[in-house]
Amino acid sequence: MTPRQRRMALVAVVLLTVGGAVGFALKAFQDNVQYFFSPSDVSAGKAPAGRAFRVGGMVTQGSFKRATGSMEARFVLTDFSNDVTVSYTGVLPDLFREGQGVIARGKLDGNLFVAEEVLAKHDENYMPPDVADMLKKKHEKPTGTPTSTTAMTQPAG
Amino acid sequence: MSEFFAMGGYAGYVWSCYGLTLVILAGNLWFSRRELKAQIQRATRRNQTAETP
Amino acid sequence: MWLWFYKLASPPYAYAIAARWRPWLLWSALILMVISAYGGLVLAPPDYQQKDAFRIMYVHVPSATLSLSVYVIMAVAAGIGLIWRIKLAHAVAAACAPIGAWFTVLALATGSIWGRPMWGTWWEWDPRLTSELIQLFLYLGYMALRSSFDDTQRADRAGAILAIVGVVNVPIVKYSVVWWNSLHQGPSISKLGAPSIASPMLWPLLLMMLAFMLYFAAVLCDRVRAEILRRERNASWLASVAAGT
Repeated sequence: MTPRQRRMALVAVVLLTVGGAVGFALKAFQDNVQYFFSPSDVSAGKAPAGRAFRVGGMVTQGSFKRATGSMEARFVLTDFSNDVTVSYTGVLPDLFREGQGVIARGKLDGNLFVAEEVLAKHDENYMPPDVADMLKKKHEKPTGTPTSTTAMTQPAG
Repeated sequence: MSEFFAMGGYAGYVWSCYGLTLVILAGNLWFSRRELKAQIQRATRRNQTAETP
Repeated sequence: MWLWFYKLASPPYAYAIAARWRPWLLWSALILMVISAYGGLVLAPPDYQQKDAFRIMYVHVPSATLSLSVYVIMAVAAGIGLIWRIKLAHAVAAACAPIGAWFTVLALATGSIWGRPMWGTWWEWDPRLTSELIQLFLYLGYMALRSSFDDTQRADRAGAILAIVGVVNVPIVKYSVVWWNSLHQGPSISKLGAPSIASPMLWPLLLMMLAFMLYFAAVLCDRVRAEILRRERNASWLASVAAGT
């Protein structure tokens, strides 16, 4: 082996070792890296009890209610197999609407998720409003665009 | 025209992003040019002192 | 091919090339930036969800892309320098770092400003955002490590190791939105199949990315030249250069 080949092998070994180590570490901590839990995770009891965590899902059509004379809003988050009812008092982001993906941070109180913060998640699709309307009519689907629902429901990996 | 600058109510966000981009890109360009000029000057000075010891 | 490679690796030749190409790269970058900014700010229609706020994309996405690709270029240059003992490659790697760091700052800052009205937060410890912040620390760490050595050759080697090890973070940033649940949305362009951006909104973005790459190349030319001058203290060819430009 010439010195150059030895250095080349060294670089390759360093890359493989570090890459492998980081890869295994991330795989082992897969659940800790997850930014939010799905309503199914919550139903299965995977979410931490008594500690704040995040739930992500789609706001169910027609589920948004604001009690009269109160700032408290209630809505249902779904991943199309399980639901979580969320209660939130405060200002909602611009993109918040029914059929939109949102992420709520808070604690479970029995079956009710009491959120301290609600963030809107948007999808990776960008199009003019008229194109979006056309797509919506074509699919006869009241809930946003099809890809946005898969983005919310399938935490790949 | 004023509608264009209003950016549908997101003027502050959109224009601050573009402004920041302009500042950073221009700054980057200016600093690297200045660094190059300084190095050229140093090299010139070194050469002059080397020629007349 | 190899002859050209070795010729390019010689500092006087690279210095001359960088000086000659720089104005062309810079002007084409500026022209493309103006065209794509016009396309993105004026011609592109507002988004169906994000209205006009989506226009931040035209500065955010190119800087985020460059923050990663500049790092890859830096790591490859450092690797070439380490394996083939080419000083110029180390000079290129050293020149890449500050430019890449600024692109990373820009990506983080514009992303934050975009996140406030759309997501409802300036910052979240989301996998994409966190890994991009680590990317910034890798750049800063590389520069700090280099500056801690007085001897250029040792700085080159130590820096090269860090640059190569750090390249592991690049796929993590890129695929963070695919591998894990995140607040940040998935990829729009760099995925299999058609991009999920309507074409009147897409072309200014692609053009802006090209413009950013040309801009990077132009700034790199200046930084590489400065880096060569800093290293070649006693070379005889410097006299003609210093006299010329």
